[in-house]
Amino acid sequence: MGNCSLDFEQQKISLLNALVSMDTLSARTILTQPYDPCTPHQVVEQLVAPALEIIGEGWEKGEYSLSQVYVSGRICEELVDLILPPMHQSRRYQPKMAIAVLEDRHMLGSRVVYSALRASGFELAHYGSQTVDALAQRVEKDRIELLLVSTLMLSSALRVKRLRSLLEQSGRQVKIMVGGAPFRFDPALWQEVRADACGSSAAEAVDFAENLLKELQ
Amino acid sequence: MNTPKMTSLQRVLTTLGQQEPDRVPFFLLLTMTGAKELGLSLQDYFSKAEYVVEAQLRMRKKFQHDCLYSFLYASLEVEAFGGDTIYIDDGPPNAGAPIISKPQDILSLTPPRIEDHPCLQKVLEIERQLKAKVQDDAPIIGVVISPFSLPVMQMGFEGYLNLMLNQPDLFARLMQVNEAFCVNWANAQLAAGATAICYFDPVSSTTIITREQYLESGYQVARRVLPQIKGPTATHFASGRCLPIVEEVAQTGTMIFGISTSESLGELKKAVHGRATLIGNLNGVEMRRWSAEKAEAEVKKAIAEAGPGGGFILSDSHGEIPYQVSEETLLAISEAVHTWGRYPLDWAAA
Ligand code: B12
Repeated sequence: MGNCSLDFEQQKISLLNALVSMDTLSARTILTQPYDPCTPHQVVEQLVAPALEIIGEGWEKGEYSLSQVYVSGRICEELVDLILPPMHQSRRYQPKMAIAVLEDRHMLGSRVVYSALRASGFELAHYGSQTVDALAQRVEKDRIELLLVSTLMLSSALRVKRLRSLLEQSGRQVKIMVGGAPFRFDPALWQEVRADACGSSAAEAVDFAENLLKELQ
Repeated sequence: MNTPKMTSLQRVLTTLGQQEPDRVPFFLLLTMTGAKELGLSLQDYFSKAEYVVEAQLRMRKKFQHDCLYSFLYASLEVEAFGGDTIYIDDGPPNAGAPIISKPQDILSLTPPRIEDHPCLQKVLEIERQLKAKVQDDAPIIGVVISPFSLPVMQMGFEGYLNLMLNQPDLFARLMQVNEAFCVNWANAQLAAGATAICYFDPVSSTTIITREQYLESGYQVARRVLPQIKGPTATHFASGRCLPIVEEVAQTGTMIFGISTSESLGELKKAVHGRATLIGNLNGVEMRRWSAEKAEAEVKKAIAEAGPGGGFILSDSHGEIPYQVSEETLLAISEAVHTWGRYPLDWAAA
């Protein structure tokens, strides 16, 4: 990778402003500029991911709303597809990753996380809403290394424990990261259901995937 | 000096009048717990008005709390719009596939008529029977989902956010249909015996939309709907935040605010400044792991923050106790309120 010596501070602020005011056009102008000598991947890493992280963290603190989180994720996902198209050599296919919603029909949380990961250059599968048994089979079949699980209902969150047992039976190492409302309201729940990690925002999923990638390399 | 003992309704009315009653009123907003009380599956339990009435009465006696709750589950209203509900064994029923699969479907949507739908009639029957039993001893709390929050179940959250942002005309039309239904549904419940209506509106909370968006959307809806409801209303954010919009919510004419466990009762109490009563904010999700000591500590903390001067009803922060919360925990909460909730709250001032 080339030496990317640019300081993105100014652009980051402009991008952040464009995103929270849901201004796709300005965001597009900022992201499609040439940033020589930086590669598209470096732009994604140093400009897009940090901006989304600020918005995600701001949501947790009550500074930004969910619609801003959702729309900015979607805008970035689309724009990153332009500068770093799927199959581009610097798209990251590792760790082998999937996201699923456990039992609820509430897709939005998982959608936000999925967009943030793709906007950060990762590729992953979205399995939609799954039962524990179907999900365990699919994870096995696709040889998933990192499984992200999103839940809305407490009863679904509690089922992660059985999911863990089923995956253990296969003997292969799968990391489970959980998130969603029940885990935000009970910070000890993720350990009780034997997940490996828990995130209260999409940015934390990006961090976790990045760290796991480093471990695998 | 101790205040003479009051009925539950007197206690609640006193606190709504921003005065101190004999003790802090407390509402256990029990839905699924009734099935455990009667030893029934959730689906069976929710199928008959008689079951719910019986369980509500038994649970009020057991937990010595101050209301009866005719709410079954949120997706019931979607059933009236033609949708279905998915039951599970150990958690709340959820709405099935969206009834609005593309925004254009909104053009042919009409408000369901209350008399046409057995699911709605069942709730009215619960209210009639409860009213016949308790008369004016305790308030009966009816529920409506706000016209602004209902679309998440009617069309999915992503579809709804996109509609709100990109198709203002169809959004306006959807609000028109939902508002007409909501007003009729609330008034039918009041006529059947509900004392007050809890207007669940979490999509208006700043957890979901910004203050600016609220002013243009959820606020306008509430301002049109609430004055048409012929009885007192509580606006509940179902654990969503509301501090940044307190002023405006107070202007919608609502008497009670349902408060999230993520916000400080003390700060909110200052912000509403005697213009409304707070209901909240025990953490229901965490409650299943509470010991009796923890329950007592949480009850004391909430009462100390919001009890003095009245204008406070102790409750959970969502408007529903999860299925997994044990009877022991609910009894511990009740005992703590009866011990620490007696006015005057001298211990809290100390
Ligand atoms: C808005 C709301 C509603 C709305 C819309 C709900 C919906 N989405 O379908 C309405 C009014 C319809 C509603 C109804 C109900 N609700 Co509600 N509702 C809420 C509220 C306020 C916000 C939920 C929401 O949609 N948030 C937005 C989404 C996008 O956030 P999210 O999923 O948490 O995702 C974010 C993060 O968590 C994270 N994330 C998500 N997944 C993952 C995964 C990973 C791996 C990572 C790292 C991060 C991550 O990223 C996302 C973006 O930052 C919450 C309380 C709260 N403050 O959170 C209660 C809440 C979800 N509701 C709850 C319940 C019980 C219900 C009902 C079942 C009530 C009933 N008995 O009928 C119904 C069910 C509705 C249905 N679908 O059939 C409970 C669920 C927990 C429980 N007690 O079991 C909650 C948590 C309230 C509480 N404190 O108890 N509700």
